[in-house]
Amino acid sequence: MALDIAFWILAVVSVFAALAVVLLRNIFRAALSMMVCFLMVAGLYATLGADLLAVVQVIIYIGAISILIILSIMFTRDVWQASSSSVVGLPAIVASVLFGGVVIFLTLNSRWQTAAPAAPQPTTSSLGASLFGQAGYALPLEISAGLLLAAVIGAMVLVREK
Amino acid sequence: MTVGLQHYVVLSAILFSIGLYGTLGRRNAIVVLMGIELMLNAANISLVAFSRYLTPPALTGQVFALFVIVVAAAEAAVALAIIMTIYRNRRTIEVDKIDLMKW
Amino acid sequence: MPYQLAWFIWTLPVFAFLAITLVLRPFFNHRPHWSAYATITAIGAAFVLSIWALITVLQSPDHLLAVPRIEWAVIDGFTIHLGLLVDSLTAIMLVVVTGVSLLVQIYSQGYMHGDPGYPRYFAWMALFTANMLGLVMADSLLFMYVFWEGVGLCSYLLIGFWFHKKSAADAAKKAFLVTRLGDFGFLAGILTLYFSQNTFDIEALRTAAAAGAIAGTTLTLAAIGIFAGAAGKSAQFPLHTWLPDAMEGPTPVSSLIHAATMVAAGVFLVARMFPVFAYSETALNVVAGIGAFTAIFAASMGLVANDIKRVMAYSTISQLGYMMLALGAGGLAAYASGGSLPIEEAISLGVAVGMFHLFNHAFFKCLLFLGCGSVNHATGTFDMRYMGGLRKYMPFTTLTFVIASLSLAGIWPLSGFWSKDEILVTSWNYIPVWFYVALVTVFMTAFYCFRAVFLTFSGEYRGGEPGAHVAAHSTPGHEQSHMPHESPRVMLVPMGVLAVLSIVSGWINLSGGFSSFLGHSAESEGGWLQTLFGVFTHPLPFISLATAAAGIFLAFAMYNRKWVSATAVGRAFSPIYKVLYNKYWMDELYQGILVKSFLLNGLFRGAQEMDADVVDGVANGIGNTVVGFGKGMRRMETGQLQGYAVAIAVGLVAIMLGLYFWT
Repeated sequence: MALDIAFWILAVVSVFAALAVVLLRNIFRAALSMMVCFLMVAGLYATLGADLLAVVQVIIYIGAISILIILSIMFTRDVWQASSSSVVGLPAIVASVLFGGVVIFLTLNSRWQTAAPAAPQPTTSSLGASLFGQAGYALPLEISAGLLLAAVIGAMVLVREK
Repeated sequence: MTVGLQHYVVLSAILFSIGLYGTLGRRNAIVVLMGIELMLNAANISLVAFSRYLTPPALTGQVFALFVIVVAAAEAAVALAIIMTIYRNRRTIEVDKIDLMKW
Repeated sequence: MPYQLAWFIWTLPVFAFLAITLVLRPFFNHRPHWSAYATITAIGAAFVLSIWALITVLQSPDHLLAVPRIEWAVIDGFTIHLGLLVDSLTAIMLVVVTGVSLLVQIYSQGYMHGDPGYPRYFAWMALFTANMLGLVMADSLLFMYVFWEGVGLCSYLLIGFWFHKKSAADAAKKAFLVTRLGDFGFLAGILTLYFSQNTFDIEALRTAAAAGAIAGTTLTLAAIGIFAGAAGKSAQFPLHTWLPDAMEGPTPVSSLIHAATMVAAGVFLVARMFPVFAYSETALNVVAGIGAFTAIFAASMGLVANDIKRVMAYSTISQLGYMMLALGAGGLAAYASGGSLPIEEAISLGVAVGMFHLFNHAFFKCLLFLGCGSVNHATGTFDMRYMGGLRKYMPFTTLTFVIASLSLAGIWPLSGFWSKDEILVTSWNYIPVWFYVALVTVFMTAFYCFRAVFLTFSGEYRGGEPGAHVAAHSTPGHEQSHMPHESPRVMLVPMGVLAVLSIVSGWINLSGGFSSFLGHSAESEGGWLQTLFGVFTHPLPFISLATAAAGIFLAFAMYNRKWVSATAVGRAFSPIYKVLYNKYWMDELYQGILVKSFLLNGLFRGAQEMDADVVDGVANGIGNTVVGFGKGMRRMETGQLQGYAVAIAVGLVAIMLGLYFWT
């Protein structure tokens, strides 16, 4: 029951925060709203029993990505107020609503074969086992490491002063 | 009504739609990027929810969510670097002004 | 003779051609004479084989050398055979072609000496001879047609041998195109016969025609189609215009074309397919009529030409007309005699008479052209107005030329007399109306022939070296400024051989041997000596001899003694002179009507408009549609990322709904 209450609070706040991200004129405030939204999502992970993921969400999204975005906003500060709607304003709204509506419709009209949720267990060790263990995701992990390295070097090359 | 899988998936759809609107409907490249991050988060919620409700003992969904986070971090870094470069060269980060790669 | 050797008759010159083009010309170009030796050796060997083949055919009871066929290609029940048909007709042609060709090649060594295209010349001459030999030996119309076109190709190459001269290149093109017109008819005739009888085989077609399997309109159309091809190659009216222009080629080429290879092909073809003609009276009348008309028509143009080779060219056309007349008249004998003469007899009569003239004509006409070449070698011109008095400088050439001219004019007892007389007799017997035309032609022939003789060889030398336009005729490397001199021996020997042949070749039919060889049993009284003088028991030889003598005398009076001024005669008959001199404006007619009005303004413009409007229209239309579509589509490519993203989102929605509703 407590989880249900927590879900509803987290859900409502995250939706409003998300709406603030895309609707606020001030881009800096939008970025702050996004941090709130990320925090709510971390909470949602917690209600789903994904403790490691919740922590990772806080560290990476709030601690790294959001800060990166805020820094970018500061570097491009003279366009803070220019966040008007795009050239496809109305089609964008229609497409978004259509997309959301269709997914919700499909979700509600699908028969999900849900299993009874077990009591939440600490997932860190089992995640580590499935990432690094036999028959796990060792190769994708290595590839993602390469991807990150490439992204870091690429980003530095892109922003480097000539 | 107990909160179940469908609640999470519907919430995920709503967040995704909002992120989609941010990507499609805003002119500022950073807002577009934030919209993308929102969509990735929405997708992650679904993945973790599926992991919990559909395949309880396995943590496949969570592993996928982890990878999505990694890719999202890399994507954010590169995307912001591109935005900075464009800003430096063209003094703008409005997506509709960046339309030189056509015809 | 083993039948395998028959194949070598026409392949040997092909080997010579290949040897020259692939080996001698590329690797031994500093020894051009080797090319001549290759060609002469090959044709000489072919000549020996031809003699052998002739003897074999003579000795075989049915006058046939059986050569098994080779299956060349089988296409689903349709078999193409390669085969040789060596009968009496072929055997005679083989000997004539190889013999004349051999002499011409030997002569060419002298005439073409020093020409930069020397190996090329002999390569093409070898190929030309090979094609003609293949043509006379082919046993199916399809096979023959291949060689037929090969002859046309080689004549094109050789007439245009000095292709850097525009007139030569034009003449070559003209020869090719005009004969193509006839070839079109030939092809139509072949296909008509094929679709009627389902075979290309000559022997089968002849049998079918004789058995009446092909009859009526089909037969007539096929015969006229084949005759159109023959008329193109043999330069019959109205396709004769290419032959006088063909004089632009080297003179030995003209000699070969006129005597043995190119133009003889047409007459040979008619003779070969004569059963197809003989059963259609219409076709025979066409052949005889065109032949007789061509004879007098061409002779009349020969009266006024100033170029000695052109005189000879018109003479050839005229004589070919005689041959066609002989074939037609012989065939018509069956109809004129009211059935008393069976058609088979008439066939052999026509073939015998026509081929006999072809046989004799080959020698004296070849000799005439070699004489022209010799004269040209000495004076550097072909224009008779700049010659004269060459008797003193070139006695041997003069002698041979006069012999050939007498033979051509039909003076007893030279060869031309015998065959021409047979033609006159045949036409007198069966189609008298053409007899008178032929008789007038005899007069004209004698006149123009001796006009050329007197203009060239009698009187005083008029300087040679004329205006600039003929200077290019002369082969490089011999002096122009000297007085004329006799040609080298390598040129004189072939002329001597041909002179002897021009005298005696007519005698082989004195006892009817030639005719009976071709299946026509002439009534022969006694030995050949008796016949040699016995002809005068009939009044006809007197008439023709008197006519020819009158022609010679008139030429003598006008051009040697100058009792009558040629220019005065020309002025007196000025309109006629003009018409003749301009060749009846046939060239202008073709140029104006056929080429300009019909082809250029009609067909070609139509084709051009078809191409520009319809073909290009379709092509451009497709292109423009695509471009227009692309221009429209381009507007969608705004470069606006978010526009593309909307499309992606909408597409994703569509996929989801599709998956949901259709699975």
